Amino acid sequence: MASHSDKEKTLGDVLRSHGVSRRSFMKYCATTASMMAMSPAMIPMIAEALENAKKPSVIWLSFQECTGCTESLTRAGASTVENLIFDSISLDYHHTLQAASGHRAEEAKEEAMHENHGKYLLVVDGSIPMDNPGYSTIAGISNYDMLMEAAEGAAAIIAVGTCATYGGLPKASPNPTGAVSVSDLIKDKPIINVPGCPPIPVVITGVLTHFLTFGALPELDDLGRPKAFYGQSIHDRCYRRPFYDKGLFAETFDDEGAKAGWCLYKLGCRGPTTYNACATTKWNNGTSFPIESGHPCLGCSEPEFWDGGGFYKALSIPTADVGETVLYTAAGAAAAGVALGALNRATKGSANKAHEKVTLEDLEK
Amino acid sequence: MNEIALLEWVRGTGFQIATVVLVAGVIIRIFEILMLGRKKNLAEAKGSEFSSGMRTIVSRSVPESDSFKRSAFTIVAGYIFHIGLFVTIFLFAPHILLISELTGLGWPALPTPIVDAVAVLSIIALLAILVHRFNNKILRYLTTPGDLFIWFVTIAPLITGYIAFHRIGMSGPMLLAVHILSVELLMVVLPFSKLTHVFTIFMARWYNGAISGYRGVQS
Amino acid sequence: MDQTDSVIHFNIQASDQLTWNVEPLLHEVKHALERLATEDETSVIDLRSIPLAPGEEDRILEILGLGEVVARLNVLGSSDVVETEYSGVWVVTHYNENEETIGRFIEVTRMPEILRSQAEDVAEASERLALRLEDEQQEKQTSNKLAVEK
Repeated sequence: MASHSDKEKTLGDVLRSHGVSRRSFMKYCATTASMMAMSPAMIPMIAEALENAKKPSVIWLSFQECTGCTESLTRAGASTVENLIFDSISLDYHHTLQAASGHRAEEAKEEAMHENHGKYLLVVDGSIPMDNPGYSTIAGISNYDMLMEAAEGAAAIIAVGTCATYGGLPKASPNPTGAVSVSDLIKDKPIINVPGCPPIPVVITGVLTHFLTFGALPELDDLGRPKAFYGQSIHDRCYRRPFYDKGLFAETFDDEGAKAGWCLYKLGCRGPTTYNACATTKWNNGTSFPIESGHPCLGCSEPEFWDGGGFYKALSIPTADVGETVLYTAAGAAAAGVALGALNRATKGSANKAHEKVTLEDLEK
Repeated sequence: MNEIALLEWVRGTGFQIATVVLVAGVIIRIFEILMLGRKKNLAEAKGSEFSSGMRTIVSRSVPESDSFKRSAFTIVAGYIFHIGLFVTIFLFAPHILLISELTGLGWPALPTPIVDAVAVLSIIALLAILVHRFNNKILRYLTTPGDLFIWFVTIAPLITGYIAFHRIGMSGPMLLAVHILSVELLMVVLPFSKLTHVFTIFMARWYNGAISGYRGVQS
Repeated sequence: MDQTDSVIHFNIQASDQLTWNVEPLLHEVKHALERLATEDETSVIDLRSIPLAPGEEDRILEILGLGEVVARLNVLGSSDVVETEYSGVWVVTHYNENEETIGRFIEVTRMPEILRSQAEDVAEASERLALRLEDEQQEKQTSNKLAVEK
C-alpha cells in the first residue's frame, strides 16, 4: 500500500508533503490529546513526538468476529483528523478493508511481515477457536497458525474488541468452538487489550496514535487495558450518578423516573463494574452514550459480560438460580433436623437409663 | 482469577453455597431445639402460656430501668447497631431488589442518604462496643477469640458495603465482590454461632414467658 | 400513593441541580482568568474530559456568551475561535470535514496560539511568495522576449 521510501519519513514530513499547515498540525495535536484523554498541557509534547514519529507498519488479523470492530474503526475514519493518522500508518493487511484479495493479499502480508520483522504492530479482532481449527480459517490457514506466525515478528499486539481481549461472544457458555483470547495464547509479547463490543472508535485510533506518538505502550491496568481510556468506571463518570447517590431509580423503561433521566441501576446497569470511556468520550463523535439514550450499560468491555446474568437484572441480584435449591435444601434440612433431634432424644433417654442414683450408703463409704 | 471472575463467582456459585448453608443450618438448628421437647408438667396450669409468652417477647425487648442504669452504653449501642443492621439489610434499594427477586416480596426502600447515615452510625456503634469490651476488665476477661470473630463477621458487611457505595480504595468489581463475599461469610457463620439468635431469640423469649405463664407468675 | 408523590417532588429539585458540573467548571475558568490577569499565565480546559449531562455544554457556552471576536479557521475542516463576553476567555471548537465537532476547548489566554500565524507557515509562505514573484518575473521576461522577437 505504501511505497518503500514513505516508511523512512517522519509523520511531520508526511503531513508537510500533504500540504498540511502548522495550524492544521496544531489542531491535529489538540484533538489527538483530547482523544487520548490527555491533559491539554501535554499538547506541545505530543506535537514534538508526532513531528518526529516514524510511520509504522500495521497488520490487522480478523478471526471469530462480526466485523463490528472494523465498522467502528471506519466510523472513526469519518473525521479528518483520524484519517490523517491512517494516512500516516501503513495498514499493510486488513482483509476486510484492503482492495487486494486472495493470494495478492496474503503476499502483501507476508511481505510486510518479512520487511518489518520485529517492528510491525499486529492488530487482532475476534477470538481463536481451539476445539477444531476448521471452525475458522483464512486462505486455508487456521486462525491459531496465522496468529502465532504473525505474532512472532510483531513489536506489540493490540487486541481489539471483547472477542480478541477476553474471548467475547464466541466464548459465551457453552463455548462451542473452544474460543480463547489473544492473551490466552501469547505470553511473550506486549499485548494491549482494547475491549468493547465494539470499542469506541477513537479509543482504537487513540491507542494506535499513542503507539505512533511515543513508540511505546500506554500505561495498562490489570486487564491489560490502557488506563487513559479504561481508568475510570462508567458509574464514576456518569452524569446520572447524583440520582444513584440519592436513591432515585427508574423502575421501568417508561415510568416517570425513566423520563426524568434517573439512575438505571434497577434496570440492570453495569456502570459500577464497567471500565470504559463511554461516559466522557461518548459515541458518534461525541453525540451520546447508551445511558444518555436511556439504556443501562451492558458492561461490554468487561470479561464474560455475556454470562454475567440477565442484562436487565440489577447488579445486586445473584446470578445463581437459588429458588429451587433452597426448596430442596429446606426439605433435606428439615429431615436432617428431625433425625438429629431423634438421635439427641435417644442419647438423652439412654443417659437417663444409665444414670445411677447416689444413695446415703454410697456417701458414707 | 481476575476481579470480574471473582465477582461472578460470588454472585453465582458463592451465593448458592452460602444460601444452602444458611437455610440448612438454621432449619437443622431449629428442629433440633424443638425436638428436645419438654417433660410433661404435672402441676396444674395457673395461667395461659401463650399470652404470657407473647407479652414477654415485648417486655424483654425493652430494657429495665435498673439494668439500663447499670449498662446504658451496652444497651444504647446494641440497639443502634441492631436497628442499623435491620435498616441497611432490609431497607436499602439494591438489597430489596435481591430479596424480591428471590422471594417475590418487595417493599419501598428508604432514601439512600438515610441508609448511608444509618450504616455509619452502626459502624461507629460496633467499633465503640469493641473498645468498651477491651476497656472493661470483666468483659475483657470473658472475651474469647470466637467473640472477636463474630464481631468481625458482623461489622465486615457494613464496612464493605459502605466503601462499595462510596467507591473507596478498590475497583468497582472488587468492591462489590468483597462486599458480597463478606455477606456470604456472615450467612455461613450465622447458623453455627451465637448469631443464630437472629432466628431463635423470639422463640426463647416466648418460652421464658410461657413457663412463667404456666406457673401464674410475672415474667 | 404518597410515597410516589414525595419522589416526584424530589425529582423537581433534582433536575434543577442537573447541571452539577457547570458551576465548578465556571469557577475553574474564573480562577484561570484571575491567573491570566495577575501572572499572565494561560490555561486550557478540554471540555471532552468532563462528564456533562445533555445540555450542560450549551449552558456553559450560554453563560460565557459571545464577545468581540469571532474567527473561522480553515484547517482540516473548520475551527471556530470565539472570544466570549469575558475578555481573555476563548472557546475553540474544532470540526471535521463533515462539520461534526471533534474537540472543544476553553482557552484562557490573550490570544489562542492557533490564531497566530505560525513561524513554520510564515517561513514557508515567504519562500512561496518569493517563488511566485520569480515565476511572474520569468513569465514577464518570456513574454517581453517574445514581443521583442516579434
